[in-house]
Amino acid sequence: MIRGRNIWYSIDWYTVILYLILIVWGLASIYETNFEAESLSNLFRFNTLAGKQLLWIFLSLATAFFVMMLDSRTLIALSYPLYIIFLALLILTLFVAPDIRGSRSWIVLGPLSLQPAEYALFGTVLALSKMIDNYDFNLTKFSCFFRACALILLPAFLILMQKETGIAIVYISLLFILYREGMSSLFLFAAFCAITYFILIVKYASVVWFMTPVGAWIVLTIILLVLAFMVSLYLRQVRFFRMTLLVALITEGIGIVVSRYLYAFNLLYIAWTLLVLALLAAVALYFKTFKRRLWIAVAFAVFSCLFLKSVDYIFTHLLEPYQRTRIEIALGVTDDPKGGGYNVHQAKIAIGSGGFLGKGFLNATQTKLRYIPEQHTDFIFCTIGEAQGFCGTAGVLILFSLLLVRIIQLAERQRLVFGRVYGYSIAAIIFFHLAINIGMVVGIVPVIGIPLPFFSYGGSSLWTFTLLLFTLLCLDASREDILLR
Amino acid sequence: MRKNYNYEQRKYIIVGFMLLVVLFYLGRLFSLQILDNEYSKTLANDNALYTRIQYPSRGLIYDRKGRLMVGNQPIYNLMVITREVQPFDTLDLCCTLGITYDQYRERWRNMTNRRLNPGYSPYSLQCIFPYLTVEEYGVLQEKLFRYPGFYIQNQSVRQYVYDVGANIVGNIREVSTQELQQDNYYVQGDYIGDFGVEKWYENYLRGEKGEKVFLRDAYGGVKTHYDGADDKEAIPGKNLTLAIDVELQAYGEKLMQNKAGAIVAIEPETGEILALVSSPTYKPSLLIGRERGNNYKELLENPYKPLYDRAIMGTYPPGSTFKPTQGLIFLQENIITPYTAYSCRGGFIASGIKVACHAHESPLTLIPAISTSCNAYFCHGFKDMLDNVAKYGSSGAAFEVWKNYIVKMGYGYCLGVDLPGESRGFIPNNDFYSKIYGVNGWGPLTLISISIGQGEILATPLQIANLAATIANRGYYIPPHVVKEIENEDIDEIYSQPHYTGIAPNHYETIISGMRMSMISGTCRIGEIPDVEACGKTGTAQNPHGKDHSAFMGFAPRENPRIAIAVYVENAGWGASYGVPIGSLMMEKYLKGEIAPSRKWLEERMMQANTLIFSEEE
Repeated sequence: MIRGRNIWYSIDWYTVILYLILIVWGLASIYETNFEAESLSNLFRFNTLAGKQLLWIFLSLATAFFVMMLDSRTLIALSYPLYIIFLALLILTLFVAPDIRGSRSWIVLGPLSLQPAEYALFGTVLALSKMIDNYDFNLTKFSCFFRACALILLPAFLILMQKETGIAIVYISLLFILYREGMSSLFLFAAFCAITYFILIVKYASVVWFMTPVGAWIVLTIILLVLAFMVSLYLRQVRFFRMTLLVALITEGIGIVVSRYLYAFNLLYIAWTLLVLALLAAVALYFKTFKRRLWIAVAFAVFSCLFLKSVDYIFTHLLEPYQRTRIEIALGVTDDPKGGGYNVHQAKIAIGSGGFLGKGFLNATQTKLRYIPEQHTDFIFCTIGEAQGFCGTAGVLILFSLLLVRIIQLAERQRLVFGRVYGYSIAAIIFFHLAINIGMVVGIVPVIGIPLPFFSYGGSSLWTFTLLLFTLLCLDASREDILLR
Repeated sequence: MRKNYNYEQRKYIIVGFMLLVVLFYLGRLFSLQILDNEYSKTLANDNALYTRIQYPSRGLIYDRKGRLMVGNQPIYNLMVITREVQPFDTLDLCCTLGITYDQYRERWRNMTNRRLNPGYSPYSLQCIFPYLTVEEYGVLQEKLFRYPGFYIQNQSVRQYVYDVGANIVGNIREVSTQELQQDNYYVQGDYIGDFGVEKWYENYLRGEKGEKVFLRDAYGGVKTHYDGADDKEAIPGKNLTLAIDVELQAYGEKLMQNKAGAIVAIEPETGEILALVSSPTYKPSLLIGRERGNNYKELLENPYKPLYDRAIMGTYPPGSTFKPTQGLIFLQENIITPYTAYSCRGGFIASGIKVACHAHESPLTLIPAISTSCNAYFCHGFKDMLDNVAKYGSSGAAFEVWKNYIVKMGYGYCLGVDLPGESRGFIPNNDFYSKIYGVNGWGPLTLISISIGQGEILATPLQIANLAATIANRGYYIPPHVVKEIENEDIDEIYSQPHYTGIAPNHYETIISGMRMSMISGTCRIGEIPDVEACGKTGTAQNPHGKDHSAFMGFAPRENPRIAIAVYVENAGWGASYGVPIGSLMMEKYLKGEIAPSRKWLEERMMQANTLIFSEEE
């Protein structure tokens, strides 16, 4: 092992400083949520939330220091073993974990409780980086793509079985890395379409315009246009798209007028007819041009239709009732400020009442009086919104943006694919947490129990993010050494 | 060894996407925190600031001589915060409260049942056992430290110093759901006046609630007193001074015990009601405290309807007390002169109709007709008036003239007393009879009985007393009212405006002579008061449902009258048997302060008499 470097010199101070600002701000916010006028100086009493968090911060900094001392090659070598150990732990958990509020994810060892799901992400990211780092690995090949997906989804599935949806869903963020490493953008597009269709159908589930269910009609029309667009794209000519658009506009337009003024009927019939005609046309065009990619367009449309038909089933049968309510609340379909929507409603009140400058540190009434459940963990952003106003919330978002951009910069300057994939993973994980957490607090994403990195109270969350981030800094610090290999 | 160079451009897409989401959130936060934050701010204050109501003390009620009738007294409620309760000696608490363990469990269940008690929260004070007596309070206060989570809260309820006049003072009760919706001053659990002046003068008596602002947390737990800037002192309710003489009221209630009926005494000059007795009555103190519900239920179910204020709500045929009105109208309309005489041979007989009369001299003029209460005289007068086509054009027109005088004397419409539920009685008009008998299908003989206060005519005892007041005043009345003064406020100006009857004062003197003669030698002679020149008129109202009602209307003294009175005793027979004695005793009590020894026997007889037994036949 060649130690030709001084970590104080080679560490990326820019990231470290952002990290320190975030954790200190987070500590202040936790102090604020638990602040009582009568016990002013309890930051250093370790029985309070802030005191405990401070203890975790010290532990995290110690971990960071320890990680920086490691040789990056040790880390790379440990990737697969760590992954396998975590998988084993996850499986073990399934059998030995007691039921704690519906979740079976904690291993209790006397006074100590461990949640392997929380740390398994580290192993998965390392293993994924190692897998993609392999010289023969090519994501455009189906077998490679499948292996990568399996590697990601296996722990996610185990965690889902432990009823920790929040943690499992984080694994989705790893799709980003696959995209950077060459996964077809068709997958991202498909995911995007699926989410859009889902939102449209759920949001307009009960809206009926004359005889037409609006949600299904809009989605069907979009499927038609997407099909036409893809056909045109693959044939490299605009005509097909233009014609479909024209026919759709005219027929649907006439349909709307007739339905409105003459005879109310279900516009879905028109939409289905048009789609079937377009599919037949696409198939006919294949036999004319023999462009195989046309089948992709046809398959895409068919799967879209199947998805459209099954959304209702997924929504009512596969999801738990509370999950349905949360989704409906986020989409503004229902409003239940006293029941399922209580958190989000109170969170919006707290954030909104902060105004531009906020009510001032330790002056937030909503926070101080504990209106928001989980305000020190998942809903910590409310406290910032109320106490520091828009200045605070914008500040947090900007700090996170700087951190994300910096991490991607670090990732891109790695000389090993391992480092790059790892860097992107960290960026994706942090971004995913940020987007879901803040989206949930401001009421546009359904409530999912996901913490805000570095802010939310909870030792294991802070410790995990520190570990993930400083592992990247360790890889980055030794990137020059790699040349020697 | 690096690969996938062709994918490097994708980093821009990834970074771009991330920044786009961040930007979207910034926009969302901007709209939430800056563009649209007023709503949130209000909601946040509603959330965090808890306004505790400071209750004002309710206005006191005094009688006309400044004697306190209705005051306030503290009572004690045992409260509990269920979340703070720890295991304790339940049996000990039950023994202290004098209840069984099962009753305690039931109360607990009812209190925590959100359907029965919608305001229930385990974090706030809930009433588990209301209305502790002072003794219970004393014992419990000592032991309270042994029952964690239990507190004693005091509350103000009414105290009835004289415990009379329930129909006048009314009582207070918890506000109903309907009232909550109508007036947003009230919140659940507030008290509101029910019946009597408590209801009529609710807005004066209740005062104005104050506010004290506290900070509270999401569990409803109150934290600390806020800055005090938004606090508001409670303004106590205004005191009322009633026109009622509480001793006279108590005396009247005593005279009326075991009888159904009413006494109304008015000071003629001012229209102030000196006593307003409705019998059977109840003690207002029955409607405070723990037993309120049971007592109220009992009062509701009582067949004699004690909650029904007969003095202002009961409508009766006025009987012969109505005759002075007839004399006055006939004199004013020149149908008769004081010297006109009609004959009476056992009654009024015309065209097959006979209105019987009792034995007295015949023929007779107006003054003896009043004093002996001759039926025939007024029937003749009434027939002459309605038959006077030369003067009025038709019987119908004549009847309208007649009716208008009656209305001006205070009949047929509400007098406007300041108590809830007044009846207007009933005075028929031309149309009423035309509808029954056809436009020309009726004549004076058809309705002859109304001239002696029978037939369709109905009046409240208040209206009868008001007639006595108009006679005492020689031609006007001031709307009767029970409240004399409101602290720092003027009473309604309608209670100072005289209403004139349109009949000349000299005609009144004639009638008064008749009423005086009645007291000396006529039907009222049992009621003659030593040294007081009282005037009166009996009434014996025929009652198709049972025994006749006994009535009396009068005033005293003759010059500068100080009291006008009406007595109405249901199913008690002749006017002279109950109406006159009770009325004269009331007047004597008010004017002299005590009953002359020579009349003590009468007082005793009235107090002991029971006419309710006759009412039961109904």
